[in-house]
Formats: sequence, structure tokens, C-alpha cells
Amino acid sequence: MSAINYSEKIPNNVNLSEDRTLKRALEQWQPNFVNWWDEIGPVDSTDSEVYLRTATSVDPQGWAQFGHVKMRDYRWGIFLNPTTENRKIHFGDHKGEDAWNDVPGEYRANLRRIIVTQGDTEPASVEQQRHLGLTAPSMYDLRNLYQINVEEGRHLWAMVYLLHKHFGRDGREEGEALLERRSGDENNPRILGAFNEATPDWLAFFMFTYFTDRDGKFQLCALAESAFEPLARTTKFMLTEEAHHMFVGESGVSRVLARTCQVMNELKTDDVTKIRAAGVIDLPTIQRYLNFHFSVTIDLFGADESSNAATFYSSGLKGRYEEGKRTDDHQLRGQTYPVLEARDGQLVEKQVPMLNALNEVLRDDYIKDSIAGVERWNKVLEKNGLPHRLKAPHKAFHRQIGALSGIKVSPDGRVVSDAEWNAMKNEWLATDADRAFVASLMGRVVDAGKFANWIAPPAMGINRNPVDFDYIRFN
Amino acid sequence: MDQSDIIVIKQHLIDPEICIRCNTCEATCPVGAITHDSRNYVVDADKCNLCMACVPPCPTGSIDNWRNMPRSKAYGVDEQLTWDTLPAEIAIEESVNASVGIAAAPSPTVAAAVDETAFNSAQYNAALPPWSAAHAYSNLYGPKSRESTITATVAGNVRVTEVGKQYDTHHIVLDFGSLPFPVLEGQSIGIVPPGLDANGRAHHARQYSIASPRNGERPGYNNVSLTVKRVLEDHDGKPVHGVASNYLCDAKVGDKVEIIGPFGTTFLMPNHPRSHIVMICTGTGSAPMRAMTEWRRRLRQSGKFEGGKLMLFFGARSQEELPYFGPLSSLPKDFIDINFAFSRTPNQPKRYVQDAMRERAADIAKLIADPNAYFYVCGLKAMEEGVVLAMADIAKAAGLDWHAMGSDMKKQGRLHLETY
Repeated sequence: MSAINYSEKIPNNVNLSEDRTLKRALEQWQPNFVNWWDEIGPVDSTDSEVYLRTATSVDPQGWAQFGHVKMRDYRWGIFLNPTTENRKIHFGDHKGEDAWNDVPGEYRANLRRIIVTQGDTEPASVEQQRHLGLTAPSMYDLRNLYQINVEEGRHLWAMVYLLHKHFGRDGREEGEALLERRSGDENNPRILGAFNEATPDWLAFFMFTYFTDRDGKFQLCALAESAFEPLARTTKFMLTEEAHHMFVGESGVSRVLARTCQVMNELKTDDVTKIRAAGVIDLPTIQRYLNFHFSVTIDLFGADESSNAATFYSSGLKGRYEEGKRTDDHQLRGQTYPVLEARDGQLVEKQVPMLNALNEVLRDDYIKDSIAGVERWNKVLEKNGLPHRLKAPHKAFHRQIGALSGIKVSPDGRVVSDAEWNAMKNEWLATDADRAFVASLMGRVVDAGKFANWIAPPAMGINRNPVDFDYIRFN
Repeated sequence: MDQSDIIVIKQHLIDPEICIRCNTCEATCPVGAITHDSRNYVVDADKCNLCMACVPPCPTGSIDNWRNMPRSKAYGVDEQLTWDTLPAEIAIEESVNASVGIAAAPSPTVAAAVDETAFNSAQYNAALPPWSAAHAYSNLYGPKSRESTITATVAGNVRVTEVGKQYDTHHIVLDFGSLPFPVLEGQSIGIVPPGLDANGRAHHARQYSIASPRNGERPGYNNVSLTVKRVLEDHDGKPVHGVASNYLCDAKVGDKVEIIGPFGTTFLMPNHPRSHIVMICTGTGSAPMRAMTEWRRRLRQSGKFEGGKLMLFFGARSQEELPYFGPLSSLPKDFIDINFAFSRTPNQPKRYVQDAMRERAADIAKLIADPNAYFYVCGLKAMEEGVVLAMADIAKAAGLDWHAMGSDMKKQGRLHLETY
């Protein structure tokens, strides 16, 4: 069994071949990982050779190597971004001290929790997306899905590496547990809510990769500031891959919109029934999907007031988005930040200590970034000469976590009664009927260069290849 | 050659319609040429050194856009930040017109052909090195690397064109002492001139091809050489003062120079026995050719290398302008097949490198068809179309399918274009 040369099979820049303890731990974990992939990874994909990007080193030339591989044989590597010599901690109580290459005892439990929570989302999304291959709208899209799947797998490796390398026996146990939890399982679910929701169709998948993987980007950016150097360097490298996931989401929704616009212009109508009859997804349905995914995702940032968030920041475990580019004192003591609460049927701002509001700070940065992309979607509508526009809902809309979770708020930010909510919610959030309609469009189209009726082809292919390139060889 | 002094540049642009603003390119750029606001990500043409480090990490392909632009009309950062779509491409002839007067401007017949078919030579440029290339280290020093610059000492500075003539080209040797700076023939380095520019900012780095082989200008020493032409006027004859070229040409032995790099991982020579190298260059574009030739010469001298033809096409205005003319002519004929083309020799018709190539069509056709032959083109931008077009014509005349041949050469890393 141990005939596998792991340091060759696992491209890495962490000196794996010379670290016997780590090697032994990964040798134990690797077969379980492959079993997990076989059991719960992408359905019906075992024999397909997929045109995948593999990282073999962290420099610009090495990290994007393209070629046809079977996903099971994908080389899940372990990479840390290059280090900065004598890096200093640049925020929190330890500001100015040397960054840590080992876990300080007093922060061990919190760091482990952060890493496990991040790590748990990676296999979860593979599980959520495992059936999508059966309804892929094109070979190009199927390839992009698989690329995301293997990279989520690599991100799991990255987190498991940290657990094995720095957390001893409990790290190894957490590594096993990451393979045991299952998305949506009642008895042993994934840690975060949004990662137990199904990803039933490709519109949901594009929305998920646009909104929820962007949450991943912001969490990784915050962790990339960490005083714990191995975590900072690992997450920095993961960000280069996360970008591809957001690209799939952003361009996917753009292409859905482009196709819908085309049909609306051909039929000269915005009548939902006619548009649906033409086999494309109507704009109100797209808006309802958007409302759902946006609101579920911003819950992932956690409660708006959180003493954990303050502790993570002050102790240097997790910074803010672009901490290094900000010009304040990087300690934030005595500063305040506005959060929303409902008072007398109105949403009002209240100032709270900024350290306790850091989840809200990150959420607001995320919202700004998300909305910019929604505006780029609107450019597609504009370009097609349609007056319709998409809009991200108010941040108090449809919240399940934090001070806003007890109240009902409309997408435009009005506090509404239960009666109004119940009357309007089918206008605001995707309904079972919407999902059934979208599902009815999902048929598998995988001949090279062919696309399902409900989506436009992309502007260009992958890695300078044409759109009708042979991205997958089905065997 | 000092980048900033060239009229036609290849400008790198990002397509704002396809870009998802993920920041990967900005995080990757080794020279800090990419910047953004809340609307767009854009490339500063003054800083971009075309090192391509940002291209593979881009998830969208939006990064891969290039325009041949007269330097004076290059799109500024402020302008790019307002774009919703890329501007239409300016016709090739328009940008070529701007460069009339450059030594290697395409001859009129070639220009007409370009106009007719919108021939795009850049599409054949290989994105990969030859299969037998040695591994190149890149971006060891730069703003995004662990060390921002490396300090080299000027170990030699010799004028290689005749004194008194208007062409003042220097051969400059830079020594790195005990600091690591491993290089290969075909790579380039960036020189950071001291002081501030007119806007009070630090000068951006100017890129030069290395003219020496991998084991040093002096074998076994940690040094490299450069071929630097002093820039005193622009192509319209207006006086300008090339910042980096004058700094280097005036450098004294013992002076310290700040350097970034090395750059380049594709314009690399093959190393397998019996691999042929065809080198086509103008002016200081000869630097990488000198490096490759010298490495092959040293191998041959040590008896460790068998066979492999070297063929050189070297264009200049006149013989006096040629750097290294003397040493070149003393190389044995069975080692290197040298073809000169002079465009301004009195009482002689103008002759460009592509004319010299067409005269050798029979030999070149054989090499195009030979998978062991590798082509390298380096010099002013204006020569590129003419040279690749000449290759296409030679291939077609020999009954080869250039379209298939050209894309195979690209795939196999057999055709490398480095023009500025």
C-alpha cells in the first residue's frame, strides 16, 4: 500500500518528503479522502478525462498547468505562498511582534476552530454539487464544474495539512471528521447553514459560486492577514483558485441573462409565461434566486455583534479584508461601527464597539463587492436595450442569523408584518414552482461546442482554447 | 534598447466586459503595473514589461488583450479606468505608419500584403519553451518578490560601435558577486535607474535582454552582459534623453546598479543535440542571439555538443551600426551561417532581414519543416510582421501548409517573437 510516492503524487512546497510525521499522517488520510471522493464526489465522472488546471508550484508559470486528467488522479497539492522574511503581525494586541510559525498554546483552540470551519465548507460544496454533472448545459460548463470540484478538494487538503502539521492528534481527528460530515445530513451535517442547502440546478450553482464562493474569498482574505504565518500563506494561495469559482458564477449568470435578453428581444415581450414557454429563464425568477442566495450568504458572516470576532481580531488570528491597505491604528480599541436593529417597526442604526462588529465590517465589504458584480450583470441588460435591472436586496432581508433574524424585512428594506411577508414572499424568494420550472430546463448537453437553449455560449474558451474545444473526453 | 524610447509598443489591456475584478493579476504582477479602482482593473503601459506572469493565473481570459500602439497614443491608466468595453483595434497599417523610418520597417510589398489580409504574426508566437529548454528562474527580485532588487557592480563598459559615428552601442558587464542571479540565454533583466522622474516618482525599470550565456560573460563567473544603445533622439529625430540607456552607457566600472528579474520563461534555447537555431534580429535585438551563439560555441569548444546548425539573419542600417561585427565574422562558417541585411548602405538598394531570408528560402523551408529547428525573432516591433510573413511565404512556396505548420510551431515552442 505504501508504494505510492507521496511527495511526487502530492506536488508541494512544504518539504513533504522530509517531514516523516506529516507524511505518515497524510498517508493515512489520503485513502480516506479518495474513498470520500469516490463515494460522494461528482456523479458518473470516474472515467472522464477532464481538461483541468493543476498547480505544480506557486510561481506564475507553475500554478496553472493544463491537461486532460481523470479527476480521481488529480494531483491535489499542498502549497504555501512565498513568505516575507521577518514578517511582523500588523494588527491586534500583538501588532509589531514577529508572526508565528507555530501555534501559540493560548490560541490553539480558536485557531483550530477557524481552520475546521473553513475546511468544512470545501468538501461540503463538492457534496452539494455532485449531481450537477447530469444536467450540464455544455461540455465547457461541465469542465468548469469539475475544475471547481477538484479545487475545493485541494482546499480541503490545504486545511488538513494545517491540522496535521500543527495540531497533533486532535488535528488528525478533525481531519477525519471533515470526511465524515455530510452536506444536508440530519445526523451529521456540515457546520455552516448555507452548506447544507441543496444546489439543485445550474442557476442555483451559478448564484452559489457568485455569492457563496465570494464569501469564501472574503473569509480567505481575512485569514490571509493572520498572525499565524502558515494559515496566512495557505489562504493567500487558495485565493488564486477561488477567483476561478467566482468567474464561473459571474459569467454563468451573465450568459443566462444574455440568452434571456435575446429571446425577450426576439419575442418583443417581457411576459413571463411567453418567455418560459420559449425555454429560457425569466428575469423575475433570476431576481428571486439572487435574493435567496444573497441573503443566505450574508448570514455566513455571523452575528452582527460577536465577542468571538473581537477575540479573533485582537489575538491576531483573523484580520479585516485588506487589513494591510487600511490606514487606521489596526487595533480598533474605543472605535465604533454602525449595525442595524429594528426599533418600533423601523430599521435604525446603532453604534457598537467596532471590535465586536467585525463580522458586520466584513459583511459590508462583501456586500459592496457583490453589488459591483450585480451592476456588471445589469450591463448585459443595458447592452441588449432592455429597461429591466437586477438589484441586490437590503441586507436586513431574509436574515436567519444576528439581530435581524427575528424580523421580516422586504427586499427594499422596509420592516413588514407577518401578513405582508406571507403575502409577498413568493414574489421575493424563489418558490418551489420557480425551482421546478428551472429544473425542467435542465437537460444534459455535452457535445463539444453545443449549449443548452437557456444559456448563451461564453465569450472565450479556457486557456486560449476555442469554445468548442474537447474539454472532456468521456470514456 | 530602452523601452520608453520606442515608438510602437505592444500595449497590454484588460477587457472590462469579461474581467470579474478578482485581483489575481494585481497580486501576481512582479512590477506593480496593474492597478484598479471600484470600476476597472487596468495595466500601466509605462510599467508593464510584458513578462506574462499575470496571464496564466487569470481565471477569465480577460487579461489576454494586446494592441499595437504608437507610444505617444498608448491608453493611459485614467482613460482605461473609464472603459466599459475595450476600444476597437487600430488598423495595423496605421500603427506601422507611425514607425516609418525605423531600420527594419517592412518593405512596401510586405506592407501591402499585411494590409490585405490583416496578417497577425503574434498569433504564432509560442507560449512555451522548447521541450529541451533548461528550467528558467524568473522574478527572483522585484516588488512582489522576497527581495525587491539585487545590486550588481559594473565590471566592464566598452563601446562596441566605432567612436565618432552616430551609433553609440555599449557592451556592459554586470557582476552579482555572491548573490544568486541564475539566468538563461533569452531571458532579460530590468534596470532601475536611480533618482526620480519628472513627476517626482521613482523611475520604472527598463528591460534589457541578456547578451551572455548561462555560465557568465566570463565563464564560471556570476556576471551577465547587456547590449545597450545610447538613445539621444526619438525616431522622428527629435532629441530625447533615454533615461536608462544613458545611465548605463555612462556607468563607470565599480558603479552599483539596482536590478530586478530575471524575466522570461519561453524565449529559451533548445538543448538537445542536433537541435537547430534560426536567429533573426535587428540592432540590439542581437543580444539574446549573441548569448545563444556563445553558449553553443562554448559547448562545441568543450567537445560536449554534437551538430545542430546555427543560422543568423542580422539587420541594421549599416555595417557601422552593427554591434559585435568583428567577433561575429571570425566564427567558423561550419558553426554559424551568417546573413547580414543593411538598409542604408550608400549606392545599394535597401535590404531588410526578410529580404535576406527570402534569398535563403530553400534552407529556411527545410528548417521550418524540421521539428528540431527553433526560430527566434528579436528586434523592433516593425520587423515582426515582415519576418513571419516571409516565413509563411517561404513555407507556402515549398508546398507546406503554413497555417497548420505555424500553429504546430507555436504549440511545440518552435517560434519565438520578442519585439518591442
